[in-house]
Parts: sequence; structure tokens; C-alpha cells
Amino acid sequence: MKLDSKIPDGPISDKWKNHKFALKLVNPANKRKYNIIVVGSGLAGGSCAASLGELGYNVQCFCYQDSARRAHSIAAQGGINSAKNYQNDGDSAYRLFYDTVKGGDFRSREANVHRLAEVSENIIDQCVAQGVPFAREYGGLLANRSFGGAQVSRTFYARGQTGQQLLLGAYSSLSKQVSVGTVKMYPRTEMLDIVKENGSAVGIITRDLVTGEIKSWAADCVVLATGGYGTVFNLSTNAIGCNVTATFKAYKKGAGFANPCYTQIHPTCIPQEGEHQSKLTLMSESLRNDGRVWVPKFKEDADKHPSEIAEDRRDYYLERKYPSFGNLAPRDISSRSAKEACDDGRGIGTTGLGVYLDFEDAIKRLGESAIRERYGNLFDMYECITGENAYQRPMRIYPAVHYTMGGLWVDYNLMTTIDGCFALGEANFSDHGANRLGASALMQGLSDGYFVSPYTISGYLADNGVKDPDPESDAFKQAESEVKERISTLMSIKGKKSARHFHVQLGKIMWEYCGMARNEKGLKKALDLIPQLREDFYKDLSVPGSSDSLNNELERAGRVADHLEFGELLCRDALERRESCGGHFREEYQTDEGEAQRDDENFAHAAVWEYKGKDQVPARHQEELQFDNVKLAVRSYK
Amino acid sequence: MKLKLRIWRQESSGCKGRMVEYEVDNISENSSFLEMMDLLNEDLVSEGKEAVAFDHDCREGICGSCSLTINGIPHGPQKATTACQLHMRHFDDGQTISIEPWNARPFPVIKDLVVNRSAFDKIIQSGGYISVRAGSAQDANAIPIPKQDADFAMDAAACIGCGACVAACKNASAMLFTSAKVSQLNTLPQGKPEKDRRVLNMVKTMDQAGFGNCTNYGECEAVCPKEISLDMIAKMNRDYAVASVKNFFGTVA
Repeated sequence: MKLDSKIPDGPISDKWKNHKFALKLVNPANKRKYNIIVVGSGLAGGSCAASLGELGYNVQCFCYQDSARRAHSIAAQGGINSAKNYQNDGDSAYRLFYDTVKGGDFRSREANVHRLAEVSENIIDQCVAQGVPFAREYGGLLANRSFGGAQVSRTFYARGQTGQQLLLGAYSSLSKQVSVGTVKMYPRTEMLDIVKENGSAVGIITRDLVTGEIKSWAADCVVLATGGYGTVFNLSTNAIGCNVTATFKAYKKGAGFANPCYTQIHPTCIPQEGEHQSKLTLMSESLRNDGRVWVPKFKEDADKHPSEIAEDRRDYYLERKYPSFGNLAPRDISSRSAKEACDDGRGIGTTGLGVYLDFEDAIKRLGESAIRERYGNLFDMYECITGENAYQRPMRIYPAVHYTMGGLWVDYNLMTTIDGCFALGEANFSDHGANRLGASALMQGLSDGYFVSPYTISGYLADNGVKDPDPESDAFKQAESEVKERISTLMSIKGKKSARHFHVQLGKIMWEYCGMARNEKGLKKALDLIPQLREDFYKDLSVPGSSDSLNNELERAGRVADHLEFGELLCRDALERRESCGGHFREEYQTDEGEAQRDDENFAHAAVWEYKGKDQVPARHQEELQFDNVKLAVRSYK
Repeated sequence: MKLKLRIWRQESSGCKGRMVEYEVDNISENSSFLEMMDLLNEDLVSEGKEAVAFDHDCREGICGSCSLTINGIPHGPQKATTACQLHMRHFDDGQTISIEPWNARPFPVIKDLVVNRSAFDKIIQSGGYISVRAGSAQDANAIPIPKQDADFAMDAAACIGCGACVAACKNASAMLFTSAKVSQLNTLPQGKPEKDRRVLNMVKTMDQAGFGNCTNYGECEAVCPKEISLDMIAKMNRDYAVASVKNFFGTVA
């Protein structure tokens, strides 16, 4: 597997500018001759499909939801970063670049991150022009808030529903293109394989989730914007339907999968209640602007009502350990600190797996109405789920799987190792290294979709000309028959257990052995347990109903089947990365103070996995990461 | 908790549906309504019976997928709450709960509790956008927008497109949904150039899709999980009247 990152020459601040000029263009009159498939309609996919449509290409966009507007980007709460420096507090594209590389624990690609920081300013302009109702000050100008891992206020927000508003913005642009005919939208349609001819991606195979029809779609290139793989843990903040299937199928067809072990555990989620639970709910990181995180100083206080624990018997552990960032320490560090406190027996709530996020001081300082104005919907959501009023008693929170930094390996053009197959947004690996800073996912999705892929995809099409592949060709027929065979395998097991049952079991293994802290023994154990579970799955799965109509159980079974293989890849990557960095914490590699210890000499690279066939150990390749601008340093937030 | 469920089962859009009774036991009062449905389905699947199909995804009240009419009320008895955020603590042990799909002609049933809401997408496609190409925008702070206007636009934009407003309306009117988008975009300065054609086209598409008229019952506002206000409908009616007059004189931009 050849990993050519295609990073342009020149100083970092000129690379993108020069590259845009170097990319070939497609004549406006020729654009309509090209067909492009976009899978996924979230921030990355939706904005990419809309932008390509605006340019005049023929775009076919697919999503499994009943409408493009429901992609899971919609659930992002807190905000979107941009180096606008409207606060006059010292921000710049270079600082956003620097913060992101540092926040990612020096495991991302400098050139990509700098480009992201550069275009971050255009994103806010674009969204405001679309009518996204960002929060404003009384003077009518845009408001900002602070987020973790940064000392400037660069986060733009729309109450606690920023993801929703940005997605609806992208969806509105997409809808306009649907109305003018450049984009055709296919909701309730799931991609089940990618098709290659002569080494290049030429189309996909889908299942119509209503009729069950399996269909081939041919195009000049394929864009995967299908999100992350957090649901491999079953319980996560992701939507129930989120899955790894599209990216995993691409991996099996030759796309390198980079750094699957980089998973982000978000520090502020509502703790798990019981076995019935289907998902965990995030409480936006923005709450840490005004909330203070604490646990009782002494174990004996853990069961007491928080109001009975005196001020001097509380441990505001983030403020104590990281005085300069305090409650706004980055996500990986905050999550691990919460785990440490709970492991120490000082966790709160019925399970002992929880810490307090307390707004008492902020309410005293600013008044309840100011807090309601900033976070009202989050407090309502908390009360709706827990039945508790967070204006009166501190919120209970605990870390949960939230985002995955790993993904399909892509070059500077966002193309995977399959020629003509691009990966955008959370589905790729490039920008966040080993840890993503808050409010950067929305930025990356829209950057890839509005401002990067329209250029790089045009460049690819100009280089390759109209391919006009035939959806009746042997390559498509074979892929179709493989998809049908996989479905009939799942339907014909006729066991006793639901896909959900196996998903829960897989999630337990992943969380126990490959969660917030990992070690060699545990990872090896997981690598032992997952194949056993997979074997049970193919013996005892039950999928009632038929495959030629709407069948939620069949959809889930297919996704769980892929997770049962992918989970193994994730654990293998975690095992081979013998260092701690960002979201990947190996217990064997930590400092005396319990902080993550990187090994830059041996691991300053992206690990890229190549599929080698069924039951074969995949091959591990490396892309060495060069840091010419940001000095490798111990990441300190003290 | 132990519960009796009466659930609408319908094989496909062409088939006749009926209410079927089920029982579930050992339901935690801290579980959500959809988690209760998950457990019912897990029981059914382990017996080799077909699971009850229902739409759901984010399970945090924002994607707008879930669409259950619970005891006759879209999204159930809890005010400003989607079905996925409704928790079982609001029901009594031993209670009988009826669960039906959205009941409105423009939303045909696909299967069981799943309905087709693509008519909403069509309404948005006919004008629920501001025409701006990627890359052509001016600086975001170039147009100051009074905070109250931005806040009003945000109140309107909070709509999740679930369709409860239509399901609650005896006329199956989509006025609340349509007016929320019209109000958001027509209030903001960026949306003014297309203001008139937007409202005319969206209302036309809404009518063509078979949604009924608004007769001011206000059921839509009462069930809206995001508490979208009837003020939006008033705003749309005003904009529609102005645009219609301009249209009559041929002066719509």
C-alpha cells in the first residue's frame, strides 16, 4: 500500500493557495457530464453535495435516514470554531492551527490542519449568509464563547443547537440544488459496498430500506461522508443508526484505515442508568465555561447530597491539577481525571460512576436568568432525562464515547488509497490527530464539504476525464451478488438472539478493554473475545421478517456484523500503538503524575491498516508525520 | 413496571392495519419510551416474531425522526418533549398505552409506525433556503442583525421537522412547519431578496402536497416538541398577503 500524502511544497501558509492554483479545472460546460456519488448528508456530505451541485456537476446523494436533514451532525450542541478574532483576544489562523495540532497531541498532519484553520473564516461567512441564526450581541454583531483547549474565545454558536442550525443551513443549500436538478437525493438508502474497476472507485451498491431492492450506481468518483464509528462501543453519544459499514466496506476494498484506536471519550455526558439504555446523552462542553467540576474530597462523602458537602470537603480536581485551563482542560484529560476520581472511590450517584458539574457559583455571579439564556435547553434536556433540576443541584456527569478521530486514510486531496474514492468529515482521519478539540468537528465537516473537496474533486475529474462506467458491468454484478449473499446469510441463521443483544455484548468488551484506559493484557483479551462473539453471532442471530421490505432488524444486523470485525481492528491498532497520546491512553505508558506519555521517536506516525483477506491479520503501514512548524512538546495545560 | 401496549401493525402502505396487544414487564421507570419499545422488540425477535418498525435515530430530541402518537397525542403526554425523550416515569405501573403512527393523509404509512414525510422536504426545496453559493459570502459581521431579530429567527429555526404539528391537526395542516422556515428566513436581512417568492412557492407546494388549511385550533403549537409559536403562522400570513398583492401587480422580485 502506497501512502503518498501529496502535501504541497512551500511555507505552510502558502500550501493551500498554491495547491488550489496547481489543481486542474473542469470547463463549466463540461461539468454536467460528470457524475458524482456522495454517501451521507451530514455537515460534510450535505455541504459537499450542495457545493458540487452549485458548480454544475451531476450529484447523487444517499442517506439512510428518511431525510437529509436528520444526519447526526444535527446533534452537535456547543459550537463551531473560527479564527475570526472578532474578540480582539489574539486569535489568528496560525493560533487555531497551533491549538489544533497541540490539542491533537501531535498526531495530525500539519498541512491539513493549517488549511482547516485558514478556511474556518469562510465557513462562518457562508453560514451567516445562508441564514444560520448564530447568537448575537445587542450591537447586532456575532457573539463568541470559549471552549476547551483554547485560551481565546473563537467559538460561534446558536444556543445549544449549533449542529442543528449548521446542518439545516447545509440542508437548505442542498434542497435548492435538488430543486434545480443538479443533486438527486436518495433517502432511506444504505450503501452496502463500493465498486472498483481497474483499481478506481466507479460506484456503489445500495439497499433501498423500504423495498429492499439492491441496486448498482455508477459514477466518476465516490465521496464517503458517513461519519465515525463510535457505535462500535454500542453505548455512545452517536445516533442509533450511526455505523462503520460504508468506511469498513471501503477498507475491505483497499482503502487504508488510519488510527482506529483514536477514540474520543467526552467528559460531560449523563451517566448510564441501567441495562435498558440505548444511548448516552452528551451535555455540551460549553457548560464547562460556567460549571465547576468536582467530586467529594473524601470517600465517605460520596453518598451524601451535594448540598451537605461543605466547600472545603470538595475537590475541584481540574482547577487543582490544571490551574491555567481549569475546567476547560481538553476532553481527553478531563475524561481521564473523572475516571481517576471514580476509580479512587469518590465517584457520585447510584453507580459511583459520576462527578458533579456545578453551576452554583455562576448562578450567584450572573443570576439564574443569564445561565438560562446561555444553556436553557441543555438544563431542560438534563431534567427531562434525569428528572433533576440542575439550577438547584449540580448535574451528574460521566465520560462517554463521543467522536472518533481515526478513519479512512486520505491524502491532502482527501482521497483515500482507492483512486477516485474520497472521505470527508469524521469519516477521514486527517485533522484531529489523537484528540479533537471541542467545536472543531463542525468546522472540519464544513471545511471539507464547502471549501476543500469542491477544488480537489474537480482536480481529480479534470485529470481523469469522464469515465462513464457501466453499472451493468461484471464488477457491479459481482458486488451486487456479494451484497445479496451477505443479506441472505444474516436472514438464514434463524437463531434466538437479536442484533441488539450482540451489539450490547460487543460494546461491553470494547468499553472494558479498549475504553478510557487500555493495556496490553486487556487488549489481547478483547482480541480473544471478539472473534468468539462473532462466531456466536453467526450461529444464534435472529432476523425475523423479510429482506424485501422495511426491516429495522436486518439493517442493524448488517451494521453489527461489520462492527464485530471492525472492533477487532480497533483493538489491534490500540495494542500496536505502544504509547499514550490524546484519546489513546495506555496504562503502561504514563508519567509519574499519571499523564499520557508519548513516544515521538517511535510513534510520530499515522498507523494505516490494509485489509489482507478474511481471517488474515491486516498489514500495518506508517505515514511519518513531520512537524516543521509546531515544535513537538509535552502537552501541558497546567 | 408492567404495561399493556396496543400498537398499530401494518405490513406495508397498501395493506390494512390493525391494533395488536402486547405486554411488557420489568420496564425501568428511568428508561425512555423508545427503550421500552426496544425491549418489546427484543422479546419479539427472540421468539422469531417480526419487530415493530418505528423511526428513530438520535434519541436526544433533535433529529426529528421519532413519530409516535402515544395515547392519542403526537409524542405523548409530556409537553415540549419528543417521544425519544419521554421517560417511563411519566406512566403508571399497569397502564395501557396505545401507540399509533402519525395519522395524516400527506404522510402515508410505510410500515407499522413508520410514515413517509418526504412532503416536508418538497416544501423546503420550493423555497426554504437563501440562494448563496459556497465562497460568495461577505464577512459575517458585515450586516449587524438586531439581537431580537436573531433570537426570533432562532426560535423559528428550532423546528426539527418531525411532523407532530400535522399529526395533531384535524385538517392535517402543515402551516406551523412551513411558517417556521418562512419566518426564520424572511426575518433575517439575508433572506429579504427572496422573501416574496419564498412564501408564495412554499405555500403553493404545501397545498399541492395535500396538507389542509389552518383553522386556528392551535393543536400544532400544543404538541410541538420545540414549542414553535403560532406567531410564526401570523408572520407567514402577513408575508403571504403582501406577496400576493405584489404578485397581482406583477412586482414580485
